[in-house]
Amino acid sequence: MLKIEGWKRVLIWAVVLGGLLLALPNGFYERVERSNDAEARIEAGFESQENLDDAGLWPSFLPSSLVNLGLDLRGGAHLLAEVRLEEVYETRLEGFWPELRDALRPERETVGTIRLQPSEGNELRVRISRPEGMARAMEIARGLATPLQTITGALQSDIDVASDGEILIVRLSEAEQIATDERTMAQSLEIIRRRIDEAGTREPTIQRQGERRILIQVPGIGSAQEVKDLIGKPALLTFQPVVGRTTDENAAPGPGNELLPSLDETGIFYILERTPVVTGETLVNAQPSFDQNGNPSVDFRFNTAGARDFGEYTSANIGSPFAIVLDAEVVSAPTIQSAITGGSGQITGAFTIEESTQLAILLRAGSLPAGLDFLEERTVGPELGQDSIDAGTIACIVAFIAVLVFMALSYGLFGIFANIALIINVGLIFGLLSTLGATLTLPGIAGIVLTIGMAVDANVLIFERIREELKTAKGPARAIELGYEKALSAIIDANITTFITAVILYLMGSGPVRGFAITLGLGIITSVFTAIFVTRILVVMWFERRRPKKIEV
Amino acid sequence: MRLRLVPKETSIDFFSRWKIWLGLSALLMVLAFGSYMIQGLNFGIDFRGGTTIRTESTQPVDVAAYRDALAALDLGDVAITEVFDPTFGPDQNVAQIRIQAQEGQESVASEIISDVAKALSAVDSGLKLPFPSVESVGPKVSGELIQTAIIAVLLAIGAVLVYIWLRFEWQFALGAVAALVHDVILTIGIFSEFQIKFDLAIIAALLTIVGYSLNDTVVVFDRVRENLRKYKKRPLAEVLNLSINETLSRTVMTSVTTLLALISLFVLGGDVIRGFVFAMIWGVIVGTYSSIFVASAILLYLGVKRDWSKPDANAGTQFGTNA
Repeated sequence: MLKIEGWKRVLIWAVVLGGLLLALPNGFYERVERSNDAEARIEAGFESQENLDDAGLWPSFLPSSLVNLGLDLRGGAHLLAEVRLEEVYETRLEGFWPELRDALRPERETVGTIRLQPSEGNELRVRISRPEGMARAMEIARGLATPLQTITGALQSDIDVASDGEILIVRLSEAEQIATDERTMAQSLEIIRRRIDEAGTREPTIQRQGERRILIQVPGIGSAQEVKDLIGKPALLTFQPVVGRTTDENAAPGPGNELLPSLDETGIFYILERTPVVTGETLVNAQPSFDQNGNPSVDFRFNTAGARDFGEYTSANIGSPFAIVLDAEVVSAPTIQSAITGGSGQITGAFTIEESTQLAILLRAGSLPAGLDFLEERTVGPELGQDSIDAGTIACIVAFIAVLVFMALSYGLFGIFANIALIINVGLIFGLLSTLGATLTLPGIAGIVLTIGMAVDANVLIFERIREELKTAKGPARAIELGYEKALSAIIDANITTFITAVILYLMGSGPVRGFAITLGLGIITSVFTAIFVTRILVVMWFERRRPKKIEV
Repeated sequence: MRLRLVPKETSIDFFSRWKIWLGLSALLMVLAFGSYMIQGLNFGIDFRGGTTIRTESTQPVDVAAYRDALAALDLGDVAITEVFDPTFGPDQNVAQIRIQAQEGQESVASEIISDVAKALSAVDSGLKLPFPSVESVGPKVSGELIQTAIIAVLLAIGAVLVYIWLRFEWQFALGAVAALVHDVILTIGIFSEFQIKFDLAIIAALLTIVGYSLNDTVVVFDRVRENLRKYKKRPLAEVLNLSINETLSRTVMTSVTTLLALISLFVLGGDVIRGFVFAMIWGVIVGTYSSIFVASAILLYLGVKRDWSKPDANAGTQFGTNA
């Protein structure tokens, strides 16, 4: 007969209570958020009275996970960037050139004169004047290779050496390219994270997507430009030897050299050696400061390797100018007065205080190993987000009341049971969303509203079935039992098919669409649970108490 | 006293003119497809790249002034539409500006956004800055988004086909999928006919429609399967009719509760998701219609195996006793 075993009852109520308890913090969103933030600050060592007060706003024995609000609700910037991985190949090969040149020089007898050719992309092309010495040249080049451990365990060279007539071609090997790509991505992620953290925004998301893309989501930022300013600037600082100075922007710099404009003197260009003496990567610190004339400047300090290289170069080239280059612009080109061996220096230029502070941050965080292309940018202001939340909340409440009234009118007491289950259902969705750390987006709210409408479906199926069974079955208890039993296969089939589409949406979708898939999918699970178990337990409890001879559904 | 949308007992004959219904559906699909071929969809930037800017001002929006201000910037194709919504306050005047993808650029250059801001604030003193929302999608990503969207819809339909085939019979699966394709095509048709913006969220709506329509179809089919076991000798048309009549009350109830929820979202949920909700409302209506007049009609047309006397009543797989 109509019975549910004791342990099952306990289990069902435990799940319901647990779920509702997990959903509870969302009812007091701002209070819990403040409390959580304060606890995080205390954790980080800022134990002020204010923080303690804030932390006390929400009792610590209660769950405190909140539903994450998506950027479309909270406001913020969303950017998808693609890393120009090939740029790193070029840098790698450029760095290889002096080494190769130094190795080939002693063999001039066999290979003749060596000359760097303009290269295209992932190739280093060197012309040698005696093609008959090519075999020797290739041997030397191969001798410079470093063995590389691949995933399969086989040792592979990091470069491929080939020849084309009198041209020696050096490329990065495939294994090295893969390894370089991985390194570049890891480095880019780390640098972006550090730069965004320095700016002090809360809970940014920085994720790798696919082979060469990075997804950046920063809540609470008003424009994508702010994020790009932080991360997009290469802030590549190099110190390069100066070959010459010109006003001709079309001057041919010659192989191995480059022509760069001056940062503050318009119309002035510098011809520089392409290979830097030291790069910003060897910087250990950078601070905004003022020069002796009181103008904003940036003080920096090299690490040991950087200090040594810089010291060696300056002591060998006293009297000649060198250029401080930032992002392919010459900040200044002072003449070396004396050997700088202390490992520290100062960049001066026509900076404002803000610019020097910003520059110091960028230098400290290190520079991105490769440029970024922004493929997608979306920003939503916090006000529009709040409007969406408000509109969504009102729509939810109205939808909720409409469905509750309609169910009560249609099924009487049983409708009220279904309504209780529906309320529990929405509670459970929020409980699950907070526990999983899932993100609620505007389409996600639509998903919840849709769930409110569709969740009663399982109950409707059951109640309609009970009505039918009442016509033929012996007594109400049997009718209720048969109603639940026979409606089950339709409920399961119907919900599994919808669930399949929710899973596909989740896997294929991104951002807000994914948020919709999550609420839809969770809503299916919770609505099946509440329809099958919760309403049933309610019906059974009512039935045991009243023992009605006749029921009306 | 109970509210009853459908009388206690119904015996509506749904199949006396089933060929007409199928014909009507086919005609509608042809019309939808024709509209799509002639007008095409009003793709949002998700699918064709470009930038949309939402502006808000305390002054009434003067679309012509906006257009003149932006024409000077030489941005190519620029579309400006004013947005109206009952949830807006009295001095909240909103417009949507769409700028085509710029030559040789992945996502929009920030200079363009600031140029637009400058140009618009010159003609509109009440303009709010920064803009409430700016979205920019490069051609590379939009191409991929189209591809993933198409794959997602096909995958969903395929997965469903397989599931129903396993749980029922291939005729059921075909009927269900025909109904799904019908719903998807009619939805795309109405979006092209009324030139409603078609973006990523609409794909989500399409998949939800697929899910909902299927939900309905499966409930009817489940009853058909049960009745086929019960009434072995009655003609298929009668069994189908009986099943639909028996489930009619539920079909109507669920559609009404879902529509109640969706309509409140349509009216009160704000303009940002209105297109999305519209697609779903349309989908619920079409989906309910199609589960009766397309899915079941196709089942009738294809015919179905009549011997369902299997020992296991719940597992309706065709890998059972007789495939």
